This record gives sequence, structure tokens and C-alpha cells, in this order.
Amino acid sequence: MKYIDLHAHMVSRTTDDYEQMALTGCVALTEPAFWAGFDRLSPVVFADYFNRLTSFEPTRAAKYGIQHYCWLCLNPKEGEDRELARHVLELIPQFLDRPNVLGIGEIGVNRVTRNEIATFIDHVDLALRYNQLIHIHTPHLEDKYKGTKVIVDTLVDNRRIEPGRVMVDHAEEHTIGMILDGGFWTGLTLYPQTKTSAARAVDMIEMYGSERLCVASACDWGPSLPTAIPHFVLEMRRRGHSDRLIRKVVYENPIEFLSQSPKFRLTWESAESI
Amino acid sequence: MKQQDGTCPLTQQQLIDAYFMEVRAKMLDVAAFLDRMDRSVDRKAEDDFRMLAIRQALQALCARTPGRVYDIQMIFSDPTAEPLVQLDRKSAFGAFDHHRGEVQP
Repeated sequence: MKYIDLHAHMVSRTTDDYEQMALTGCVALTEPAFWAGFDRLSPVVFADYFNRLTSFEPTRAAKYGIQHYCWLCLNPKEGEDRELARHVLELIPQFLDRPNVLGIGEIGVNRVTRNEIATFIDHVDLALRYNQLIHIHTPHLEDKYKGTKVIVDTLVDNRRIEPGRVMVDHAEEHTIGMILDGGFWTGLTLYPQTKTSAARAVDMIEMYGSERLCVASACDWGPSLPTAIPHFVLEMRRRGHSDRLIRKVVYENPIEFLSQSPKFRLTWESAESI
Repeated sequence: MKQQDGTCPLTQQQLIDAYFMEVRAKMLDVAAFLDRMDRSVDRKAEDDFRMLAIRQALQALCARTPGRVYDIQMIFSDPTAEPLVQLDRKSAFGAFDHHRGEVQP
């Protein structure tokens, strides 16, 4: 079955992973800017990083028939550094016109500090100023509930935000309700240990429905699986769900959300020919 | 949350037939971990906040009504609302330390 992985950090993955994703049906993916596992010391490094996301990775993905798109930002893990954030925010606009940039992301908060929130708001303002889609990271583990609530409350209070143009990612059982109630799109991240297993993701779809909901591997440099979505598909089938519903979650929903950017080229019809 | 009754398309018997072995294995892993803690060369972390959270979660697991996952997620979660004044660490532990709270530098 064809699928779109809405969250994959391919800079951390090998070309073999692109091949495995292509072999299992991946036709497009989006790559949010993220934390490298260490704090970067200069905005110059981000220029290199954004160059890679907008040139090298789409070329590498195209060799396997995968359309590669990306989101740009200073990741929440580095959002505490307001000076670095200011420089990176100044840098981003010169990359926004590149053909595979869909918007600003993955922004949000990590430990939910005052500076992280300020950096998050600055990114939201940038996205609104340039009419960009927004992709949001919600915090890990014990910080998820508090951080998601801060993010959702901040967005709901901003009258300029159109919730349908915002993806609030990494939802789990205790946060999915508040995200969907706010009118936002949400993502379920298939990390069995720190986010959700395929089985729990299916549970959430059964309980909350399939509207404004996507799944993603969020594969990166940590324990993660680039082919997590095919495993999710298998779990959906095991649970007795129809291919029509599965296709909606792994393929049609991402197209519906991402097509709000004029740069997203994949349509239901065009993908059929892949 | 929407009404949950009937949202899973499988019958209870089908669920048991398909998932019993997986759940059984996971339960034995939890039991083995708790036994391993008891067999440790010392007993100095009995009240580690993560173990306290696990014990509380095990009680929630035995509830007779749905919502167990939500309840356990909340047991592990930071219940506070105020942002930290500044960053104290990068990573999460998996459970909130209610005794330590959040250190405000």
C-alpha cells in the first residue's frame, strides 16, 4: 500500500533506509528540522543544515522515487538559547522559497521553559508572516501533557492561527483529545518505547476517528524504524480494519494536510501512476 | 473522548486469541523486572520516583473500567502548569518526580 511518512529525519538515515521505505510503498515524506543530538554553536551550521534539507536529501530520495519535503526551524531542544534563535529566525526566510519547503517545523517546547515558549511564539509569528504551514513537536514523556497544553492554549489564543494549517505531532492518549478539540491536525509517532506502538495508535484511531490524523515513523538517529508505517498497516489489518480506512490514514490524510502548501506536488491521482 | 463501546471491530474472543500471548509475555517481563529489583545487590532505590510511579500505574492497571492508558499516562506526567524559569536538563526521565518537584534555578 502506498504511504506518506509525515515525519522522518532522513539526514540521520542511510540510503538503504530510503530503499526499504520505497520497497514498502513510501511515495513521499516530510522532514522537519530537528536536534542533532548536541547543541549547535552557530547559525552558520543551520545554513548548512537547511541546505542539506533542501538540496541533498530531495536528490537522494528521488533516486528511489520518493518525494522529499521539509520544514525549517530551530528545534525546541535548542529553543532555550534566545540569541541563537534570533539568528536562525533571521536565516530561515531566505530558504522558504525553495521548492521542497512546506513550512515551519518542528517547533514547540521541550522542557516547557519561558525561553522555549518565547522561541516557539517567534516561530509561529514567522510562519504567519510568510503564510507557511506549521508542524509542531510536543515534548517527550512526563513533559508531554504540560507542553502540549501550553502549545494548544498558545495557538488557540492566537486569532491569526487557522487550526487546519497546523499539525500538532507526537500525540498520545492523554493529549490527542485536546489537540483534536482545538481543530488541529495531529500525528501519532510510531516509537514503541517512548511514544506509541502500532497497536496503541490503532486504538486511538478506533476511539477518536480518522479525521485530521496521520501516523509517522519519526525515524532519526535514535531507536526508530523507517518502515514503521507498514507495520502500522499490518496492525490495522490484523485488527480487522478495511484497506479504505488504512489508505485514508497513511495516504489520503497526509495529502489533504500537505496540499495546503502549493509546493506539495503529490495528488491522489498522480500518486497512482508511481 | 467519544463513546468507546464497540469501537474495536474484533470480538473479545478474537482479541484474546490474537493478543493473549503478547500481553502474557509483557506481564511476565514486568513481573521479572520487579523480582530483579528485589534481588538487587542493594535495596537503596525502593523509593525512586520512577518505581513509585510504576507501583501507582500497576494499581491503575487493575481498574475495572476503561481509561487505564489515560490514567497511567497522567500518573507519569508532570501535573504542574507553570513554565520553568530556565532549562534544567535536556531529556525527560519518563516519570515526574513529585518529591523533588521542578527545581527553579
